[in-house]
Parts: sequence; C-alpha cells; structure tokens
Amino acid sequence: MGRTLLDLLRYNRQFAAGAVLLLVVIGFACLSFFSPYAPNDAYVTAPDLPPDWTYPMGTTSRGQDLFWLLSFAIRNTLLFGLAVALFSRLLALLIGLVAGYSGGLVDRALMSLNDTFIVIPLFPILVLFYFVMRDRMSWGLLALMMACLGWAYDARLIRSVAMSLRHREFTETAIFSGMSTRQILVEEHLPYVLPIVFSTTMNNINWSIGLEVTLSVLGFTDINTPTIGVLIYWANQHTALVSGIWWWIFFPVLLVVMTFIGLFLLAVSMNEYIDPRSRLGRRAP
Amino acid sequence: MTGPVLAVAGLRAYYRTSAFGVRREVRAVDDVSLSVEPNEIYGLAGESSSGKTTLIKTIANAFQPPLQVLAGSVVFDFAGKRFDIHSLAARELAAIRWKHLSYIMQGSMNVLNPVRRVRQSFIDFAFRHIGGPLPEFLDLARKHLQRLHLEPQILDAYPHQLSGGMRQRVTIALATVCQPQFIIADEPTTALDVVVQKGVLAMIHEVQRALGSSILFVTHDMAVHANLSDRLGIMYAGRLVEEGRTADLFRNPRHPYTAHLIASLPQLGDSAPKQGLAGAPPNLADPPEGCRFHPRCPRASDICRREVPFLQGASGHRVACFHATAESVA
Amino acid sequence: MKSYSAYLLSRLGQFLLVVFIGINIAFIVTHATPIDPVEQSIAAATQFGSTSPEAIALMRQSLKELYGLEGGFGEQYLAFWRRILNGDFGPSLSAFPTPVSVLIGRALPWTIGLLVSSTLLTWLLGNLLGGLAGYYRQNRALRFAGILAMAFHPIPYYIVAFVLLILFGYLWPILPLGGGYRMNTARELSWAFVGSVALHSVLPVLSLALVGLGGWFMGMRSLVSNIVTEDYVAYAELAGVRRGRILASYVMRNALVPQVTGLAMSLGAIFNGAIITEQVFGYPGVGTLLVSAVYAGDYSLVLGITTVSIVAVSLAVLLIDLCYPLIDPRVRAR
Repeated sequence: MGRTLLDLLRYNRQFAAGAVLLLVVIGFACLSFFSPYAPNDAYVTAPDLPPDWTYPMGTTSRGQDLFWLLSFAIRNTLLFGLAVALFSRLLALLIGLVAGYSGGLVDRALMSLNDTFIVIPLFPILVLFYFVMRDRMSWGLLALMMACLGWAYDARLIRSVAMSLRHREFTETAIFSGMSTRQILVEEHLPYVLPIVFSTTMNNINWSIGLEVTLSVLGFTDINTPTIGVLIYWANQHTALVSGIWWWIFFPVLLVVMTFIGLFLLAVSMNEYIDPRSRLGRRAP
Repeated sequence: MTGPVLAVAGLRAYYRTSAFGVRREVRAVDDVSLSVEPNEIYGLAGESSSGKTTLIKTIANAFQPPLQVLAGSVVFDFAGKRFDIHSLAARELAAIRWKHLSYIMQGSMNVLNPVRRVRQSFIDFAFRHIGGPLPEFLDLARKHLQRLHLEPQILDAYPHQLSGGMRQRVTIALATVCQPQFIIADEPTTALDVVVQKGVLAMIHEVQRALGSSILFVTHDMAVHANLSDRLGIMYAGRLVEEGRTADLFRNPRHPYTAHLIASLPQLGDSAPKQGLAGAPPNLADPPEGCRFHPRCPRASDICRREVPFLQGASGHRVACFHATAESVA
Repeated sequence: MKSYSAYLLSRLGQFLLVVFIGINIAFIVTHATPIDPVEQSIAAATQFGSTSPEAIALMRQSLKELYGLEGGFGEQYLAFWRRILNGDFGPSLSAFPTPVSVLIGRALPWTIGLLVSSTLLTWLLGNLLGGLAGYYRQNRALRFAGILAMAFHPIPYYIVAFVLLILFGYLWPILPLGGGYRMNTARELSWAFVGSVALHSVLPVLSLALVGLGGWFMGMRSLVSNIVTEDYVAYAELAGVRRGRILASYVMRNALVPQVTGLAMSLGAIFNGAIITEQVFGYPGVGTLLVSAVYAGDYSLVLGITTVSIVAVSLAVLLIDLCYPLIDPRVRAR
C-alpha cells in the first residue's frame, strides 16, 4: 500500500495536487499549536481590521485574530471528519466484508439494511437529534451519530470488492494450497481492500465535514468550539457581509474548499488506480 | 484468374505501453505474411499468447492504442476491387464492413446489445447494406435464419433469453446475412460444449459452401482444424512458423512445434501417454533472439539462437525452421 | 409477468422496511434525550408571544401524546405509530393551532418542484456530458467541462449556495434572493406567476446543479469508458455501425441502466442538499420550514418534517425501482 501511494504521488498529477492541497491545510491546522491565543479568547485584538501584515487574515467582530482562530477551526474540523471516518470505517468494513464474503441470505439481509440507510435522508434526522439534545450536544456524540448513519455507501463498495475477491482464482488457489484464512485475508486480499478503504475514507471525511459545516452554520452544533462552520455561523450572526467584513467569510471558505478538493482529488486518483483499465488505456508518448 | 481475397505482407503489430514510468513493447505480431484464396477456409492455429488474436484484430483494422501497426500491409480483393484496409477513410471502411468483411467474435456470449432485441442488431448491422423497406428486410432476415435452421422468432427475443450455443448461431447468421466475401471467425466454438460445437461447426461449413466466402478461422483446437480448414497456418510467439494444406500438415508436419501440436491430439486406439513441451511460450516483451522456439525445441542448434528462420517452401507447404523435416514427395 | 410481480413485491417490501426503520430511528432519537422536551418546547414556543393558559395546556397535552410520554415505553411506541399512520402530527407550536400536516402540505410542493426540476436537469445533463466525455476522450471542451464539474462536486451544498448568494445578492444582484415568487403576485396559472416562480428558482436550481453535475458526469464518464470495451460495442464497431448510433443505442443506453440505480441511491443525499439549499435562499419549501421550526422549538413540526421526508424519499425510490425493468430487460426475466 505504501508503494502504491508513492507511485501515485510520483506519476499521477491529480494525486499529487490533492496531496499538496491537503498538506497545506494540515500544516495550517498544526500551526494552531503555536497560537498565542486560546481558541475561545475574544476581544483580544481590535475588531474588524482588514488583512494586513500584523493580522494576515484580519480580525473578527469579536476581536479575534482570524489567522490563529482559523488554525483552530480547521484543526477541529479535520479532527471531527477524521473521527467520523474512523468510526464509520469500522461499521463499513464489518458489514461490507461480512456481506461480501458470506454471500447468500446473510448478504441479502445486510444489503437490505444497507440500502435502507442509503435511502433515508440524514439531514432531517440530524436536525431532530440536535433539537432534542440542544445544549447537551457534544462533538463526540455528533460524530458517533453521523458514523452510525453514514457507513452505508462505503459498505456497499467494500462488499463488491470482497465479493470479487472471494470468487477470484487466486483465492481458491490459496485455499487449495493450504493457506489459513487469516493468511489469505492479510496477504492476498488486503492489498485489494486497502485502496478502496483509502478512497472511501477520503470521501467520507468530505461528507462528514460538509455536514458539520452545514449544521454548524445553522447553529445546530456546539457553537462554542471553533470549527469552520461555527466560524461562519458567528460571521453571519454579526452580519459580516453586510458590514463589509468579507475576510471573516472568505478565509474559512477558502480553506475548507481546499480541503474538500484536496481529499476529493486523492479519492478520485485512487479510484482510477484501482480500475486497471484506466491505467492501460494510456498511449505511449 | 482472381487473386487472393486477402493478402497480408510483412505485418508487424506491437503493444506499446507506458504507465507509472514503465515502458514496454510487446511484439505480438512480428513480420507475418499470408494469403487467403477465394472460397477457402484458412485455419490459424497456435496456443494462447501466440499472437493469433492480435493478428486478426490487425487484419480487420479493429484495434486501438496501445496496439500499433508498425509495418506491413493488409490488402483485400472484393470482386476485383482492392482495399488496403489500413489506409481507408472511415466512410469507405464502414461501406465494406459487414457487406464484404464480417466477423464472428470469440465468446459470443456478450456480442449482442443486451438492452435491445436481436432484430435491432440485424437492422443496425445489415440494413444499410441491403436497404429497401424495413418489413422486407426483416422478412429476408427471417428467411435467412430459417435457412440456417434457426427459429425466425429469435429476432424478437432479447440476447439474455437465448442460450450460449443459440447466441453463437445467431451471430453466425448475423455475420452472413449480407453474404460477405470474407469472414473472420475468432474461436467461435471455444466456449461451447462438444455437442453444441458440432452443430456450430456444421453450420459454418454449410454457410461457407453456400456462399462461397472465404473464412479465416482461428482456434487453438487442432481437431477443429482437421475437420474444417482447407489450409492451415501455425503461429508461435507472434510469427507464422508453418503453413500448408491441412492434410499435408497433419500427414507431414515439418516444424517441430507443429509436430508436437499434432502429436498431442488424442486418437482412438492410441493409448500412449502424451508428453507436454517443456518450458512456456516466451514473453513477447522480451523474446529470445533468433528463432523464438529455440528454448523449447528438441532440434535447436547454434544457428537457431542467432538467426531468424524465414517462411519458405514449395508446393504450398511453407515452414520457418532451420531443421525442418523434408517435404513429402508428391 | 410472474417475475415482475415478484420484483414488485420485493421492492415494496424494501420500501416498507425503509419507512419502518427510518421512523423508528426518529422515535429512538427523540426518546434518547434526558431532558424534558415538553417543557423545553413550550418554553421556546411561547417566549415571544403571550399564549393563553388554555392553549398552553392544550400544547402540553398534545405534546405529551406526540412525545408519547404517557404510559410505559411500549404504549408510547404504539401511540407514536398510531398517530403517524394517521398522518396526524398534531398542531404546530409556532403556528398554533395550525396542524403540522397543513404547514408541510403548503411547503412540500415547493420542495418537490425544486427537487424534480433540478434533479432531472442535473441527471440528464450530467449523463449526457459525461457520456460524451467518456466516448470522445480527446475532446478538449469536454475535458474542460469535466474539470469544472469535478471542481464543484466535492463542495457541500451549503457552501455553494452561500457563495452564489453572495455573488448574486451582494456583488451582482440580478436574481431574486428570497421566496418562491414575487410578493403580491396572484397565485394562479398566469404568465406573471409562472414566470416569477421560474425566476425565483434559478438560484436554488443552479446551486443544486453545480454540485450534482460533477457526480453524474464522473460516473457516466467512467461507465462509458468501461462499456466502450465491452464485446457488444466492439462488435458493432466491427460491423461498421455509425458512431452516433453506437454512442446512443449501445453505449449510453447501457450506461443509463446503472445510472438509474445510482439515481435511486442518491435521492436521499439530493433531498438533503435540496432542503439545505432552500434554507439559504429562503425558498418556501420544507427546508426553510425545518430550520425555522428548530429555532422556534416546534417539536411537532420538526418530527413531522422528518417523517414526511423519510416517506417521500422512500416513495420516490420505490417509483424509480418500479420503472427499472422498463430500462433493463434482463430484470424482467429474473
């Protein structure tokens, strides 16, 4: 898998571009550890200052240095996305692999369940969740909730990989030559499963961050922890656009769009890599 | 006296790939020359990865990158008019496709459009050549099917409703409805069980006799060649190693590879164990120098490792080997 | 025919399963809270006005029933389902005593209209462009269109809508920003009204389309580039069939089959996007209603919208599933 990633980095422009974008964003998030301000400090600088050398991204109406605040925000957003992706990997892998390897009735039952979760519109349910939780809503809880609802699409993809692996000749050869199940799974199958886990993780992070931003902007999450969505929420609350404080909106949106596109490029190039036909179709230069 | 329907001269076709920094050139067809006369079945034999499929793709001008034609020519002669298939414009190519040159594909399981009825394939492929009002065309198609002992209702069916053998026969009917002069048949019986195989082979034989078309029949199954082909060409590792009348080849195989192929055929009453050839066909990205068969050849000598033997011989029985068995007399 | 009824039954079964599980999730979510929702809702709903004590008592009773806080867990569950099956979500707290179903009934047609028009547009256009891009791989214009579509696709609906709002609201105000139609236009089938509706839906539809196009485009392009290598396409090319015909009848027609499945699977996500987008533009659909219901603490409305959303999306998926055999003749045989 490591070699796959290195190959992609060297030869696939999309992957390299995505990796660069993501590294910039992660780098910026890591800057938060060097911030001179605590994340919830307010009124520590003069408010509403446009970007200049002292404040590269300007300041907010609540007297916060947007540069450092944003570093916290993107860090929290990324961590949230990662948490949801990790939790939902567990579910997606469990259900996808079991369904794909078992086949038959187990597969059908699991897929029925799976399709249910794909169809159900999640936004109203998450809004309902917020409604009943209100002030008790925490990030961990929201992450758990989203992971429990958002595994279905990826489970289906993992299942199709598992199904094709089960029927491949090299699996039967391995079984006949006496490899143990654990050996088969780890040595023969894992190299095929890992790339799809990678690309679905990227997509899942995108999805969960997108949903987080949407919920936060509406104020449906814990608005005291800075995340990208919460940042935009407060900007809206202070009617930033109308007051001409465009930087309060611009920089968070810019950073989060970079994240989305970066993750997306990584996922797409990995998907292309998984499909061997796209590799062979290249003309000789 | 009419010339050959198909004349292939010095054809060279390679697969050239470049992915993730690795460049490869697979020499699938290397300097092949052959010709097919009118009203004859020319069989092409050889194991998988011998280059047979690449050869016919190139002959039919039905290939895409990474396959490229580097040298040679493929010239057809249909009713006096000559066509160099690689230099035709798209419209000219479309005009001869199916009308003069048709194709029976390998594994006809999936050659018909799965979301359309069979008659739509007939209309798509043949209507523009035959023309006339549509109902008359469909009538003609039905009669054609009947002549080939198929039910005319097949036209109204979807491909998935037909069995594998049935689909193969429908494909043969489809390929012959315009009465083409040249038909390329690529392993048409490989995916079928022997009973169905027999029926399909009989159908091909009958159709060829009725239409007087020439068929380039590709299969690795020597028994099928013995049954069907008038002349036979043996391919190994991208090169033509022997060619002649089928009867001659079977009676007196001159190339060691041909001899082995024929010897490996089971015969009634012969209970001697069959020996496999040691080794495996060469990697065409890095083939051996000289004769490509020399690593596995019992007759190999120094010259075989250095120089490439050329196809030569009189009385229509040609062989490319420095140690070929002598030609049979008369 | 027999196989079709088997198919119909299995799809119907799936529909019922989805609705059942979905509404159960709603039930679990609402009963997972440790706080007293009744008092919370009443407090939020009555904070801006003066409501009579009788009204408050009525609210409390109605909420208690709807919340199912009377009786044990089992009774609560049954009462909950009984109310939902009757389509009776109780009165709306923020617009007391208008029943929730009436409010939803007013908003739902706007959402459906937006969804149908934008989804149809996006799906058809995305598939068409993606199919062409997959077939004519070297075409520069199509490659550029692809990059554009892919650039917007990963961005969540809210941000795209928000950016469009900024562009057309503050920087270049040529399109109306709020509402479904111009205020004071009579709601009748006249050119003025229809035109106004169309104009007001441009931004929401554009927003949804920008995000959605990329997905269909990419999917279709990859499908088509795989289908192009299929035997039946190669065979048609060997037969010299005209390129346009191959593209339409052999390639696109086969690629549409999984795309229809994809549509059914994406409806949940598209619906999400639609109601989020509505909220940004103040479009009078279910999305705007949902958000304002939360702000007003109107529990019955929120629950009602959630339930109706689940049923509506499942129904739409069922309809698409039922049409599926028309597109894929292989399904009829199974």
